[in-house]
Order: sequence, then structure tokens, then C-alpha cells
Amino acid sequence: MCVALPGIVEEINEDTAVVSFSGNKVNALTGLIPVKVGDRVLVHAGCIMQVISQTEAEEIEMLFNELSEAAG
Amino acid sequence: MKDLEEIKKYLKEYDGPEMNIMEVCGSHTEAVAKNGIPGMLSKKIHLLSGPGCPVCVTPSAYIDKLISLSEDEKNVIVTFGDLLRVPGSELSLNDVKGMGRRVEMVYSPLDIITLSKKEPERTFIFAAVGFETTTPVYALLLEKLIREGVRNVKLLTALKTMPEVIAYLMDNDAPIDAFLAPGHVSTVTGYGIFKPLATRYGIPFGVAGFKGEELLIALYGIVKNRGNGVVKNYYPSVVTEKGNEKAEEVIDRYFIKTDAVWRGMGNVPHSGRMIRDEFKDFDAGSEGLTEDKKKNKACSCDKVLMGKMKPADCPLYGKVCNPLNPQGACMVSQEGSCFSYYVNKRTD
Repeated sequence: MCVALPGIVEEINEDTAVVSFSGNKVNALTGLIPVKVGDRVLVHAGCIMQVISQTEAEEIEMLFNELSEAAG
Repeated sequence: MKDLEEIKKYLKEYDGPEMNIMEVCGSHTEAVAKNGIPGMLSKKIHLLSGPGCPVCVTPSAYIDKLISLSEDEKNVIVTFGDLLRVPGSELSLNDVKGMGRRVEMVYSPLDIITLSKKEPERTFIFAAVGFETTTPVYALLLEKLIREGVRNVKLLTALKTMPEVIAYLMDNDAPIDAFLAPGHVSTVTGYGIFKPLATRYGIPFGVAGFKGEELLIALYGIVKNRGNGVVKNYYPSVVTEKGNEKAEEVIDRYFIKTDAVWRGMGNVPHSGRMIRDEFKDFDAGSEGLTEDKKKNKACSCDKVLMGKMKPADCPLYGKVCNPLNPQGACMVSQEGSCFSYYVNKRTD
């Protein structure tokens, strides 16, 4: 039930934003985090939960580096 | 720098002490199975599915209350969908929908506001079930209802929180050596919330994302930290130490911490949330829904949720209990441990 999907903010209205999921556009509530057009965001149950700070590739690279340093 | 092949090799060839790693997120249960992770692990690493599916841990009294509210033809029950097939003490919401009562499925709280404005003469009762990830969504809904003067929407809440149930498992001899910590719960709470638990029980917590690669990286980190009371964040693109503080604020504005009954496990102190007294007009009667009847007395959901029994070891599993005829909540939801084991033919 805690599933959340990444999308791109395309338009901002009063307390909602239009978020595109590979072209499918959905209205989502914005009250939990400030967003701007172009942000990659995580949406859960019709609500923007977080702005995604790194691309997937950047995150994986960072984790591999951290594991090498921390866990050997 | 490590690479994925090195990590896969380590996890497959691991020959250290046996290790039970519990995931407490239903979406992880689903992702673990979909990515074939169990088959990529050494026989000494066991994955256990804990009480991470909010629908699965909602007691029968809660479903019965929704069913009783649906008897009034002025009421419309609204739910996110996962809840439709969950059995109460006798019937499910799907059963009463089949009997002609109004039960609607929505994808967003915005849908409820639209529905409620179209039919102002009816009361829309939202089945507000969930963990820390979904609670701020209900809080935002309340905020919007108040701001827009909508008075014909109420919430029937069954909201749960993670740290307390994790402590409950550890204090009740659940055989757990580490936790694969929930990624999206942590987006809201921050990974710092698990630090006191890691220290108290001397076991590692690894916050993970939901893709195969992310899960393998987290499992590798967790196994490497066996026996250490540490919390590691393997999902840094959306999880920080403090989480989404605005979400925590909005939760606290509308909800207060309470005890909560978890299906099959009973009352877990301080593991729930309810609407604050000043907003009680929006509550459809969530207090006192503690009764938890089993549809089938031999159902072992309680042991499965605590990691004390694998789904396939339940005497009902795959015989009288299957996704078409679920006897317990773990077989109902797509994120339930038994459902996931059944549809993915897991035998681990």
C-alpha cells in the first residue's frame, strides 16, 4: 500500500500539481513539499511525498562507493 | 567501488551464521518476489515478511464497522481498493457491494472531494487505512475539507506506526537478526526513527528502495553489518535522516498517537493514530474497533506476521486458503505475505 511512483511536475495550481508519469497526467496534492515545474517527484496516493534528489544511476553509483568504503 | 556482480556473488555464496532478515513493508514483499531475490540468496539468508501490509493488519471489527455504516443508504464507503476483499468477521466490502450497497474505489483524496460535491445529500466515509506514508495524505485531505467547507466526508481510521510494532516483534521473541526498513515510510519519518531500535536490539536496519538492484545493495549492506546496531540509508534519493518534516507537522496537526490493534497480534501500545478531538466531526466512529475474529481458527496469519512461521508451513496454505478463497488477511492483499508466496510460487 505504500507504493509510490516517480513522475515529473508539469504545471502547478493552487494546492495541486499536474504530474506526468511517462505521459499520463495526474493531479496530485502539493501540500507536503515545495515543488517547481520540472522537478522529479515521488507520488503516493495522489500526493507528492518528496522531490527526488538524484537520478537512479547516480544513487546506485553512490551506494556502490559507500559500500566499498563502509562494508569492505 | 563494488559492482553488482560482486554483490550477487557475495549474497549467493554467504556461508556465515544463519541470518533472518525481515521486511516490514508490503511493497518490499512484492518487490522481493517480483525480482526473484530469494533465489539469489545463500540458504543461510532467510527473508521474512512482517506486518508491513496495512490492510493485512486491520482487525475484523474495522471491516465490520464499514459494513455496518454501508447499511445506511445515505452513506457511501470510499476506499483505495486494497481493502475491498479483506474479510471482516463474516463479510467483505466486496460482498456488500455485490448486495447493492455503495462502495466506491478511488486513487486520490481529490476524487473523494469531487464525489462528495456531486452528491451533497450523502455522507462519504473514507476507509483511512495505512502507515506513516499514507497518514499525511489523510491529513491533507482533512485540511482541504476544512478549507473548502466540505462537511459530508468522514474518515474511519485504522492508522498504524512502524517503530512500535518493530519493538513489539523484538520483545515477543520474533526470530529476527535485521530489518529491511521500509523505503516510503522512511521518506516521511526519516531513517533516524530506526536508530533507537537498532541500538536497543543490537541489529542492523537498512532502508531500501524497491528495484532489484536497490534491494540487493541493501541486503548486502545488512548482511555485512550483522550484529551491529546501525541504521544505513540505501535509498538516499528520497530518504533523509529527518524525513519530510512538513508531513510530520501536518500529521500532528490532525492526528494523535493512540494504542492500536493489529490483526492476529492484538493491542500494540502507541502504535496507532486517531483524529484529534477538535476534528472529531470528521471521524466516522473509529474508536473501540478492537475485536479481531478469525474467519478460520486454524489461520496462522499471526505467526506469519511475526516471522515465526513461513506461509507455506501454515496448515491452510494452498489447501483451503488461496487468493480466490482467502481465510486470513495475509492471503487477501497483493502485498500480503501468503498472497505473495502463493502467486510467485515461493517455497523459501
